[in-house]
Formats: sequence, structure tokens, C-alpha cells
Amino acid sequence: MTVRKDLAWVFPEKLAVRSVAFGRGVRRWIGPLVLIVIAAALPFAISNYHVFELTLVMIYAIAVLGLNILTGYNGQISLGHGGFFAAGAYTAAILMHRYGVPYWATVPPAALICFALGVLFGLPALRFEGPYLALVTLAMAVATPQLLKYFDRWTGGQQGINLTKVQPPPGLGIDRDRWLYLIVLLVLLMAIRVASNLLNGRTGRAFVAIRDHPIAATAMGINAARYKTLAFGTSTLFTGIAGALSAIVISFVAPESFTLFLSLSFLVGSAVGGIATIGGAIVGGLFIEFVPNFASDISDAAPWAIYGLAMLLFIYTMPRGVVGTLGPWLARSAPENQLAAPKE
Amino acid sequence: MHQFLQQIFSGLAAGSIYASLALALVMIYRATDLVNFAQGDMAMFSTYIAWTLVNAGTPFWAAFLITLVASFLGGMAIERIVIRPVENAPVLATVVVTIGLLLIFNSLAGWIFSYTLQEFPSPFPDRTLFGALMTTHDLGVIGVTLVMLVLLFAFFRFTATGLAMRAAAQNPDSARLCGISVGRMFAIGWGLAAVVGATAGIMVAPVLFLDPNMMGGVFLYAFTGALLGGITSPIGAVAGGLIVGVTENLVGTYLIASQLKLTVALVLIILVLVFRPNGLFGTPIVQRV
Amino acid sequence: MTMKLITVTGLSAAGLILSVGLACAAGQYGPGASDTEIKIGNTMPYSGPASSYGIIGKVDAGYFAMINGQGGINSRKINFITRDDSYSPPKTVELVRQMVEQDQVLLMFNSLGTPPNMAIHGYLNDNKVPQLFIATGADQWNDPKHFPWTMMWLPAYGTEARIYAHYILQDLPSAKIAVLYQNDDFGKDYLNGLRSGLGDKADKMIVATQSYETTDPTVDSQIVALQGSGADVLFTAAIPKFAAQAIRKVYDIGWKPTHFLNSVANSVGTVMKPAGLEKGVDIISTAFVKDPTDPHWQSTSEYKDWLAFMNKAGLSANTTDIQAVIAYSYAQTMVAVLKACGDNLTRENVMKQAASLHGLQLPMMLPGITLSTGPDDFLPVKQMQLEKFDGTTWKLFGEVMSGT
Repeated sequence: MTVRKDLAWVFPEKLAVRSVAFGRGVRRWIGPLVLIVIAAALPFAISNYHVFELTLVMIYAIAVLGLNILTGYNGQISLGHGGFFAAGAYTAAILMHRYGVPYWATVPPAALICFALGVLFGLPALRFEGPYLALVTLAMAVATPQLLKYFDRWTGGQQGINLTKVQPPPGLGIDRDRWLYLIVLLVLLMAIRVASNLLNGRTGRAFVAIRDHPIAATAMGINAARYKTLAFGTSTLFTGIAGALSAIVISFVAPESFTLFLSLSFLVGSAVGGIATIGGAIVGGLFIEFVPNFASDISDAAPWAIYGLAMLLFIYTMPRGVVGTLGPWLARSAPENQLAAPKE
Repeated sequence: MHQFLQQIFSGLAAGSIYASLALALVMIYRATDLVNFAQGDMAMFSTYIAWTLVNAGTPFWAAFLITLVASFLGGMAIERIVIRPVENAPVLATVVVTIGLLLIFNSLAGWIFSYTLQEFPSPFPDRTLFGALMTTHDLGVIGVTLVMLVLLFAFFRFTATGLAMRAAAQNPDSARLCGISVGRMFAIGWGLAAVVGATAGIMVAPVLFLDPNMMGGVFLYAFTGALLGGITSPIGAVAGGLIVGVTENLVGTYLIASQLKLTVALVLIILVLVFRPNGLFGTPIVQRV
Repeated sequence: MTMKLITVTGLSAAGLILSVGLACAAGQYGPGASDTEIKIGNTMPYSGPASSYGIIGKVDAGYFAMINGQGGINSRKINFITRDDSYSPPKTVELVRQMVEQDQVLLMFNSLGTPPNMAIHGYLNDNKVPQLFIATGADQWNDPKHFPWTMMWLPAYGTEARIYAHYILQDLPSAKIAVLYQNDDFGKDYLNGLRSGLGDKADKMIVATQSYETTDPTVDSQIVALQGSGADVLFTAAIPKFAAQAIRKVYDIGWKPTHFLNSVANSVGTVMKPAGLEKGVDIISTAFVKDPTDPHWQSTSEYKDWLAFMNKAGLSANTTDIQAVIAYSYAQTMVAVLKACGDNLTRENVMKQAASLHGLQLPMMLPGITLSTGPDDFLPVKQMQLEKFDGTTWKLFGEVMSGT
């Protein structure tokens, strides 16, 4: 027990919530590894359409992961992540459409631009708390479609940008849907790894400290302004990457794809999955992708009512989100993993 | 000059619409420390109830009163049934619950009442005033909003229930120790907010026309106005709403093309908030270490 | 031995011919079609800000159910699969893929909105799936050369705007025009159509434009600003709610321009009456279907049939909605195309029949307006007629025009 704690800062992944659920020692690695192998093999066992759906789930999971970093771990609410998602998507789309940049090369610029946007946004956001911050981020979500329509020479305006469909490398004998699935899976795994290292390390602890006791944190020497801005930038970086991937996978961007409802969906996915968890992002992605379809199948007359009811049901039974509620329950015997759970 | 006056008066008319819903938002916030994203759609649903009554032949003011009572009871019921389970959950859980409520009300209204645009009668005669600068209805909306403002202000400041409600919101545990039933205060708070919302909806429907998406845009502006004025201040809510209405009009006419009107107006308001992060009339919350 | 061989060969050949013959008699089928059913896919916004258009999908479903009740099309029942995309293009893509790949529909019918249709038309054309009678009037869709599987139905918005431009150039040559338009493809198509119709006079004649978003509560500010430009002609390209507000505000501020109103928003019951009937006198618009709230049409048998259908389909709350009349006509066009396919229900034949409409008459279209398509012409409804509001009803004037 003591040895593990001392080595905590060297091997931060040992404290990852995901690994806790699977116990100690070698058993810690087998669980995630099995999951990854299943995830990589899955597309070859299911139809193209389902592969496409799961790719979207993973994209939304990356976006929600970004939101979790900001709102879950750092306590800054954001109702505007749809805007950053759009920024990433349009960056990728414009680079591909106007400048012929190959699709895989559009993701890093999208990430960088969204990081910069997040930092720029995070600076004035330092002044705001609670509902005021909600308003500022809400303004972002609402302004995004307007701005996209206005700068139509770049963005294609209301018509959007139709992208030529990405083709897989010819030699591999794999079709387009499965190729994109694997690419997105790779990015998701990288995102989880990076988030995990970040959040279980020093920066993550600073984020959480600022969220729970801002005054005490500052008194201890944590530069709140720096970390809050960093949280914003990191968060939007993740969401921007997700946006870029969405442009590549759907091959179409338009202002209607990035409305306020998208921002609210991310927030809902985040809360339902577990706001201060990493695994919760995947649950969140599953929720926002599948539950609306399910709702529409049940009722054509009032699909949103079913969606709303589903939200209520999930939150009532698991107020801290699926992973937020089930995770600690599974990891009862490892108290050091209670760190990330948000304070009441 | 005439244009300028016209825009100001239109802005005041629109702003009073935002102000009336903003009052409901402030009501809920003061009573329960929450932002209720479903406030607009709850107001819309109440308005449909009034519409159904009016269509069935009920005289306007009777329908109005019945709707207010129904909204009060409905608001209380929602607090008890829907919000109570997440009272002790993280704040985000409650936010998601109110978003869920928004979707449910919106969808139910569309299902029960259809999405066709409906007319709603105005209690005020159809005339224009001040040389076509304003209609009697617009003036009526401003008047009703101010009356609600005075009532709310008096309620919080001068009544025992109002005081108890503020206590319950600020410090539930201490309030309980003083013998205040916190649960009942929350329920009454939601009930009153629903009443304010219903009034807003009924006043607004003759202008905006009634359909399930009537309050969508209004909610956004009302939220902005409430925060601009200070989310804890009813006076701020009204001032904020009116300022948002006028600013938006002036920005759209004189400053920038109408396609960026909303964006620029929001940016300006946020700039104001940067200098006064608790709103114009809000009180900052001081935390003691 | 040879005898046996000849017999076997002969019998096999006979068997083959017979089975091919049987197959021919039973019909040729693409995915989603069989002896007993025809699967049709559709996406509609049943939730979200565009949900007022969801009535179109409901009327489609009701009409197909009625046809099924009458025996179906050539004894085949229509299996109408409609799903909610909330007007969100990524969701539309997902649902269309589900319908094409999982549900194996024969064709996509009547999907609503320009951005959703834009998101899917590449996929549908690549996979040779008919994208028929899309519920949008944006100009760009009539393009059989590049998108041979995509067909419009509504008269293009730009077409309508050009009709107004033509009228203005003829009757109001020195007009100063102000335009109120919705800030999306719908509104912009009208504005651009007006510009192109006015030609090189456009810049001189159009003195002010103001746009609005569907999230704007009112358009009062825009109307006031437009009046301030000194214009004497106003063109409103808006959806019903904002058109009604605009008409009312124009009257209230004492402005009396020659007011042109787009056809989407000229219903007596849902626009003119809420605005105030006396406030809309002398407004000019165009129409191609019969307005169900116009007393003039309410005495006709076609209207009564339509009303009976609406009530039977459980849609009595929507009998004032002109979209329900348009949807009725969409569905009738689809049925006509499917009937014409006979037993050859392949996707290619569906497209072929859809592109061979000659003077198809539908009961709720205005008299004189028929549908026609050809290999180079994927716009079934091209004609409209000008009309002027007299305080109670719309009075048609002029001839049926085809604005090009």
C-alpha cells in the first residue's frame, strides 16, 4: 500500500479510476487490454451502419471528455462546448476543402486552434462563476451559428461545406467506415491516456483543488488563474479534436449541425456518464448518440419527451452519473481513488 | 431622430417581455439557488392552458386567474416530484434535470396542442400610442411587469415567508434549525416562479403568437437580462431585460448588420459583466475562509 | 443416353424459362420492394425548433395509411418509415444510412430542410438511392446532371422571387425596395432570387435589407429600420410567425409600402388573421396550392375530401396549416409515381417514372397548375399565380406563371 502511494507520481496511471475497477497487479492491465482488443475487433463483426454509429459515439466521447476536464475536474461550467466542437470541425473542413490538406493532417491544427480559443476564452472567464459563467459560455454556443453563417466566404454559410469522402489506404483491403472507426478509436485511446496522466498527476490535483477549495488552493501556492485557463484550453483542445474528427467522418459541416442543443447534449452526456470521470465520457457518448434514436422509435409524436424522461431517470438513479456512482462502488476498497469525486 | 425613438420604444417593448420572464428566473434563483432552464417552456405550457380555457369560452380574466392557480400548484408539484430527488445531488445533476424538463414540456405541448401557430387574445385594446411609437399592449406588458416587480420585491423584503424563503435558499441547515420548513419554502418558490412565468407567457403570447417554441429565444434573452441585472435582484432582472431589449435593437440598427446583432449584443453585455461580475444590481457573495 | 440428355436439357431449359417468366410476372424488385410491400424512408424534424414542419411527415404517414386501407398500390402496402432528425445534419446522415443499409428502403421521400438534404445527397447519389420530392425549395436542387437521383417538388424560392421582381419592373419601375429575410438558405434564396430578377437594377432598387434569426422573439426592430430607409416596396421572406409580426408592425407604425409576401407565409388562418385581417389588405403574394383557411376554397369538394382525410388521420388540429395541404400533394405525387412503376419496382424505374410526369393534376393544387418533369427537369411544380389579399381572402390575378 505504502510503496504504491510513493510511486504514485511516477506511474500516475496506476491511480486511474478505470484500472481500479479491475483490481491490482497484472489483473489491472488485463481488463483495459481486453476492452481495447474487443473494441478494435468489433467493427469487423458488425454492419457498416453500426460501425458508423459507434464511430460517432467515440467522437462524442472525446468531446464529452473535454467537458469533463473543465466542468468535472475544474468546476467551471460550460454551456458552450458545441462552439468549440464547431471550431474544430470547420477548421478541418476548410483545410480539406479549400487547401486540399489530407484529412489526418487536419487534426493537429484543429487541436491547436481550439486550444488557443479555449485559452482566449478562459481568460475573461476567470472573472465569472456559476450562472454568470454559464451565461458567457451560453453566449458562445448561441453566437456560433450566427458567426458561421456570417463569414460565409470561408464557411460556405448556411449551405455548409460538402467534403469529399475520405478513402482508406488502398493496400489494406479495409472499407471506409472501418478505417475511420479505427482511426477514431486510436485517437480516443490517446485522449484517454493523456487525460488520465494529466488528471491523475499534479495538474489534475491542482484542478480539483481549485474546484473544491479555491481559497485554500491559492493559499497553498497554486496559481488559480493559470490552472483555470489551462483547464479551459485543454478542455477545448479535446473537444476541438472531436469536432475535426466529426467533419472527417460525416463529410459535411453546416451551422445547423452546431446549435445550442449540441452544447446542452454534451453537458447532459457529461452528467449522465459521470462528470469527474474519464470512463464516464464513453457512457456519455453512448447516451447522447443512442437515446434520442431510441426515443424517436418509441414516439414520433413527442420524441423529446422520452429523451427528457430518460435523462431524469438516469440522474435520479445515479446522480453522480453512471461511472461516478458505479465506479466508487466498485472501488470501495481503494480510498485513494475517491480523490476525483466532486465535493457536495 | 424618429427612427431612434422608434427603436428605443420597440426595444423597451421587447425588453419588457424579457424582463417578465427574467423575474421568474430570479424568483427561482432566490428561492432555491438554481437556474431553471425549463422556466420558459413551463411558461409556454401555462399559456397553452390559458388558451384552451379561452377557446372553450372562459372570459379572459377568469382564464388568467385559473391558469395562475394551476401554475402555482403545478410549480409546487414539479418541485416536490421532479426536483426533490436531486436536491442533495451535485448542482450539475439539477441542471440536467431542468434541461430534461425543458424537453418534456416542449415536446408535450407540441403533441397535445400541435405546432400550428395560434392567436392569443390581448386584454388591452388594439391601439397605437405616442404617434405609433408603441401599442397599448406593449404598454400593458411594461405595466404588468412593473406590478410583478413591486409585488416580488415587497414579498421578499417585507413578508415573513419571503424572509424564510431567502433563509432557506442561503443556508438550508441553519434555516431548519430556526424551524423553517425548507422543503415547503422551495416548493412555494417554484410555485411562485411558475405564476410569474405564466403571467409572462400570457402577456407575451399576443405579441409573439403562441406555439411550442414561443419562449425559446425569449428564455435566452431573459437569462442574459437576469444575469446582467444581477441574478439575485428583481429590480436588476427588469432593468437587465429592458437594457437587453434596447441594446439589441440599437446594435442591430446602428452598429452592425442584423446578421451579427445577437452576437455583438452578447459581447457587449459580457463586457459589462467583466467589470461587474455580479451584475449591475447584484450583491457579490463574500466567502469567509 | 442422348435421348435422356436431350430430355434433361429440354426440361431444364423449360424450367428456366418458366421460372424467369414467373419472376417477370411477379415483378422486378429493388431493395425494399416485394410482392406485398414497398418500403419508403423519410426524415423529419419532429422535435426541436423546426418541429412545426413535422406535420408534413404526419400527413405523409396518414395518407399512405389511407391508401393502404384502400388496398395499397397495385396490391402492395406502403411501409412508411419516418424518423426524427431534429433538423440536425449529422443525425440525418445517421438515420438515412440506417434506412438504406439496415431497413433496406426502396427510396427516400420528402426529407425536410436544405442542410439535412445537403448532408445526405452525396451518399444517396453515390449509392443510387432515389431522393425524391425533398421538402425544400432551395434553387440548387434541380440538377439532374450532377445529382441524377435527387428530385425537388416545391417551386424554387428564387423562382418565386423572380416573379415578384418581374412584377416590380413592370408595374413599379422606380420602386425603392426593402427586404426582410430569414437568415438562412430559405431567406437568402429569396433575396438572391429578387436580385437576379431585377438584374442590373438590383443595386439601385434594393435600398435596405434586414435579416432575423428564428431565435429572435420579434422582428419589430427590423421593420422599423426598414421603414427608416425610405423604401416604398417591402418584400417579406419569412416563416408564418415572423410574417404575421411583420405585417402587424408595418401597419402599426403607419408605413404603407407595396408589400410582397412569400408563399410559405400567406395562409389566411395562420398568418393573415393573427396579424389582423385589416392590416394585410393589398398584400401581394403567390400561391400554388389552395389555402385551407380561404373561404373561397372551403366550398369545393376537393377541400372537403382533404378535410375528411385530415380528420380521419387524427390531424384535426392542423386543418388550418397550409403545410398539411402541401404534404397531401407530396404524398399524392409519390403514390402516382409508384402506381406508374407497376410491377417494376427497381430504384432505376422509380427514378424514371418520377422523371416522366406529364401534366399531373392534383386536387389541392390551384386550377391550371400541373406537375411535369423530364430527364433534364427535376422540378415538378414550376408554376405559381399572383394573388392579392382583400381583407378576407386572397384574390388570384394574372395568369399562371412559370418563373424562370
